[in-house]
Amino acid sequence: MSKSMSKNTISVTLDDVRRVAELANLELTPEEEPRMQRDLNAILGYIADLNELDTANVPPMAQVAEILGDQVKASAEALRADAVRPCLDRKAVMAEAPETDGVFFKVPKVIERA
Amino acid sequence: MSAMINLDTLTIDGVRDAIAAKTSTATAIAASHYERIEAKDGEINSYLALSKERALAQAAKVDALAAKGEPLPPLAGVPIAIKDVLAMKGSPATASSKILEGYEPPYDCTAVARLEAAGAVLLGKLNCDEFAMGSSNENSAYGPVRNPRALDRVPGGSSGGSAAAVAAGFAVGTLGTDTGGSIRQPAAFCGVVGMLPTYSRVSRYGLIAFASSLDRIGPFTRTVKDTATMLQITAGYDPLDATSSRHAVPDYVAATKKPVQGLSIGVPAEYFGDGLEPEIRASVEKTIENLKQQGCSIKPISLPHTRYAVPTYYVVATAEASSNLARFDGVRYGLRADSSTLSAMYRKTRDKGFGPEVKRRILLGTYVLSAGYYDAYYKKAQQVRMLLARDFLTAFHDVDAIVTPMTPTAAFKIGEKSDDPLAMYLADIYTVAASLAGICGISVPCGETSDKLPIGVQILGKHFDEETVLQVAQAVESAQK
Repeated sequence: MSKSMSKNTISVTLDDVRRVAELANLELTPEEEPRMQRDLNAILGYIADLNELDTANVPPMAQVAEILGDQVKASAEALRADAVRPCLDRKAVMAEAPETDGVFFKVPKVIERA
Repeated sequence: MSAMINLDTLTIDGVRDAIAAKTSTATAIAASHYERIEAKDGEINSYLALSKERALAQAAKVDALAAKGEPLPPLAGVPIAIKDVLAMKGSPATASSKILEGYEPPYDCTAVARLEAAGAVLLGKLNCDEFAMGSSNENSAYGPVRNPRALDRVPGGSSGGSAAAVAAGFAVGTLGTDTGGSIRQPAAFCGVVGMLPTYSRVSRYGLIAFASSLDRIGPFTRTVKDTATMLQITAGYDPLDATSSRHAVPDYVAATKKPVQGLSIGVPAEYFGDGLEPEIRASVEKTIENLKQQGCSIKPISLPHTRYAVPTYYVVATAEASSNLARFDGVRYGLRADSSTLSAMYRKTRDKGFGPEVKRRILLGTYVLSAGYYDAYYKKAQQVRMLLARDFLTAFHDVDAIVTPMTPTAAFKIGEKSDDPLAMYLADIYTVAASLAGICGISVPCGETSDKLPIGVQILGKHFDEETVLQVAQAVESAQK
């Protein structure tokens, strides 16, 4: 996994672009694919600068609260009471959907192959 | 009726005083803004939608209060407009994307609701980069915004419409969002004040999420005092946003009145390196010299990991974006591209609905999170994020605030960087470190280039120390006059 850490010459192939697009549920046109390949390589090449830093003993920071210590103790109370409260009107919410029967969202056929 | 009111220089106090003194009305002030927008926004393109009905109903309420001689709320009749990534009931919220075309959220963003509850008149929704991804406002599906100070130049991004509307006299204040500089950089490019509150200071309920560990909502205004007032009203815990802070909200306007004498100001060498235009350097150095004359002690400091901030940001932000934007799938709102199967419908909807920069960031974010690359990119970036945050925590042991240039250059020309995403990302060099660390900051106008383009100075403060940031910002603003 850390193999790619050491190389400064990351190279994203067209197949990589297609694979990632599929993971992201994006459909790229044949013209978009080489363009995205070029841009991803340029950006990842720049991101590779991070490998200059030794972070072996540095904890990852996923949230700002992690560095605030006592300052955010109070946020442990940030969860509101688990009580029933009015929510958005179903009609108003469903009215924004492309296709509904008023109760459920409707989508095309889900099962594609046997 | 409002003949005496100059829309280019109007402030919150100006509006309230005119209404209280009955020299104008909230209705007349709203109407004159709409007239100006309809006459002049064709060339700026800052508004995506006007909310006249809601605005005029609110203005009538304010006028009724004033007619009865009742006390006016803090934003009585103040025309305010909202970046299109924030929900405003009854108006579209497209995030400047085709994928949300036609979507009208059935609820209000908390920050928007709080402004209106304080008397603000909500004029409409403002253009921005698609899903707030961009530094020039050229990524909007509804066309770029032009800089009111130079129409061939960008207003900055992603909150380009929010900055331009204030600069052009189309609103007294606006709300924007800042994930990696999207309030501060356009404020600098358009010559207005723009504030990045501490992470979690302002509720994000009703914000269309881009990168959840970074996104913040903040104000644009013409004066530091007006920014303090808008922050005062929008800051504070919200039961609808579990990430909002319960930290007490102090009196921000009072903070702007305190002299800066005795404050210690840090100046980080890393923000004055290669790529900083000489005119901007000179203007910022003059600002620092002036703070010294007002009694601040100036200390050279180091934020040693600064050069790693942009690559760190583009890993963290795109990873989070790839996850957040998964919700746009043609099922619950906005666009659906018809297809015979569900998975083809997802792909076609997203292909048709997302613009190139959004696709690029989703791809990059998906790549850095994908099996085999997670540790190399995402975890690594989170570790460097910790180092960047520690840089600031260490610096703030010795100084009360940090002053830097806001941008390496003044507003660039439309089209100048739009074909080179990496060059565009590098425009964020002075903004993203503060975003990653979660600290607060502000951009304040501090001069002009020889081409008459605005220059902004950045003031950064500790987590939840908006007071000191506003105090220093006021000193910078006062020195301009």
